[in-house]
Amino acid sequence: MNTVTIDAFGGDRNRPPLLAVRELCKFFPIYSQGIFRRKLGDVKAVNQVSFDLYPNETRGLVGESGCGKSTTVRTILRALDFTSGHAYFNYGGPDQYVELGTLGSSELVELRKSMQMIFQDPFSSLNPRMTVGQIVSEPLQIHHLAKGSELEDRVDEMLREVGLRPEHKTRYPHAFSGGQRQRIGIARALIMNPKFVVADEAVSALDVSVQAQVINLLSDLKEQRGLSYIFVAHDLEVVRHICDRVAVMYAGRIVELAPTEELFENPHHPYTKLLLASAPVPDPDQRTLPPNPGEVADAGNLPKGCAFTPRCPLCCESCSETVPELKPINDHHWVACPFCTGER
Amino acid sequence: MDPNVLEIQNLCVSFFTGEGETRAVNDVCFQIPRGKFLALVGESGCGKSVTSYSILRLIQKPGRITHGKILFHDTDGTTTDIAALSEKDDRLYDIRGNKISMIFQEPMTALSPVHTIGNQLCEVLYLHRKISKEEAEKKVIDMLGQVGIPAPERRFRQYPFELSGGMRQRVVIAMAMLSRPDLLIADEPTTALDVTIQAQVLALMKQLQEKTGNSVLLITHDLAVVAQVADYVAVMYLGRIIERGTVREIIKDPLHPYTFGLLRSLPGLRKNKSRLPSIRGTVPNLTDIPAGCPFHPRCDFMKEGLCDCGDVPPETDMGNGRMICCFRAAEIRKLLDEKRREDV
Repeated sequence: MNTVTIDAFGGDRNRPPLLAVRELCKFFPIYSQGIFRRKLGDVKAVNQVSFDLYPNETRGLVGESGCGKSTTVRTILRALDFTSGHAYFNYGGPDQYVELGTLGSSELVELRKSMQMIFQDPFSSLNPRMTVGQIVSEPLQIHHLAKGSELEDRVDEMLREVGLRPEHKTRYPHAFSGGQRQRIGIARALIMNPKFVVADEAVSALDVSVQAQVINLLSDLKEQRGLSYIFVAHDLEVVRHICDRVAVMYAGRIVELAPTEELFENPHHPYTKLLLASAPVPDPDQRTLPPNPGEVADAGNLPKGCAFTPRCPLCCESCSETVPELKPINDHHWVACPFCTGER
Repeated sequence: MDPNVLEIQNLCVSFFTGEGETRAVNDVCFQIPRGKFLALVGESGCGKSVTSYSILRLIQKPGRITHGKILFHDTDGTTTDIAALSEKDDRLYDIRGNKISMIFQEPMTALSPVHTIGNQLCEVLYLHRKISKEEAEKKVIDMLGQVGIPAPERRFRQYPFELSGGMRQRVVIAMAMLSRPDLLIADEPTTALDVTIQAQVLALMKQLQEKTGNSVLLITHDLAVVAQVADYVAVMYLGRIIERGTVREIIKDPLHPYTFGLLRSLPGLRKNKSRLPSIRGTVPNLTDIPAGCPFHPRCDFMKEGLCDCGDVPPETDMGNGRMICCFRAAEIRKLLDEKRREDV
């Protein structure tokens, strides 16, 4: 595998990132009906996305449905192929990076040991015909990392670590509640000892009381194992609680990148402001539902220039001409809006 | 005219399956005051949806209302017990979709994909009013405008797939509001929507309620949404209502340990990133409800010999129409205060 060196972006210049995503694009072609299937255009699901993930940190990825946050993480894990751009993953020593986008399949198998995923729906992400033991041990068997009694021991230990019991091994997923199933999914992802884990809406399908348990489990595992997460979510309160840094996405692009507290205390991009203002506050004395106008952008039919213009209170004529670039307003806070970066 | 639009007395709903009788709703009592917003809150499987479905007699086999009254107080002074009506009673058709209407969770499945928006909405009027086609069309277009759909004349002739999720939910709201119902039941109306759209839909429901003076029964699991829109709250756990009161009382000063635990486990209420206090364990299966207080295995204030045996705890009046079902109701304020002090 070839290794490369990279520049810091949207974060700490003095710390080498674990994962550096640079100008990642994922387009899905649209074809016409009929036998010739002429290409009509692209759905720009992920467009010029760049961010860094640091060791033992959680990077939140937030935005409305269809903004491309799931596609971004799936592309990084190479569940989908890159259209263009790069994702550099720290591998084989400090300052040594491999480019995930161009890896061949055998190299990818090797690297997948260090990159795992936890899925949103604890019901459809577990095979109903496999026992919990089979589900959790399968990754180890595929990579030939353990067998026999060692395999059993590692599965037992992993189940205990996520708050299940070894005797659960012989049961099938249907015998478990949503929260317990999500624990099984977490065990399956972590048994490989990955360096980073993508949690795609990992707690959104759970009830409030169980959600808190799973959030605590994820943060305990992060501390104990020195994990890094990319946490995809739409629930801003959850993101605020567990993420160190957040990237806000709109219509396939990142519009704001900042450390969590700074983003929540001092949002700059008008879209981030809209998102934060829309989240209901659990306090009957603060009734602040804004009857805000506008609709979520359609990635297949984006307006020219800045995609947020139809909903933006600041927008002026020049906004619909050029797409704003992500620019720093201080060392670690980046915004893609010319009004926020002082250009207009 | 009765001050309440709906009064539910000792409602029990059971499902009869091969494993025996499952009581999904057990001895539920509540009233909805005219022109007010009542939220029925609880985790999945607590019976909140079954309660709302029984109000419109939408419970299907193997489920059945086994006991209790659902009293609907009409504006003309008559009172009907919906639970006692036969399935084919004319009065039931008069109430369902006309005096009481419903908004469902999934705006895509609630609308017919093969009929135009206009067609589906006019049907409501044809069913319940003697009305000409032109008049119905005029009324429907007017209603679509009222729920904030731009270009309602054009939308009238479109199919549901041509609309976004938020727009579809507006259409469903328009359909429910067309007959000017006395009571609107909204079953998780914003769960499938993005936060920005959720804010719009909630604001719209609140605004329509203030304008037309209808009552709303909101079924939800989201306490933040409840805090934003409700006047009164009833909290359900395992088929029973365990706490009832005004929204301010419930959110600011929860008295039942379950409500207390739910509110404490919301990530947004804590500024520091410490562990989230969660409710231990999981919701038990309805076929296996614990003896005594159903919440006792998960309760921090469980007292052996008092909470874990015998019958369910009786309703205790805490003043101002406030009710909780807890064996330790007399000392609960002191216990909760101690717990709060531990937190700090």
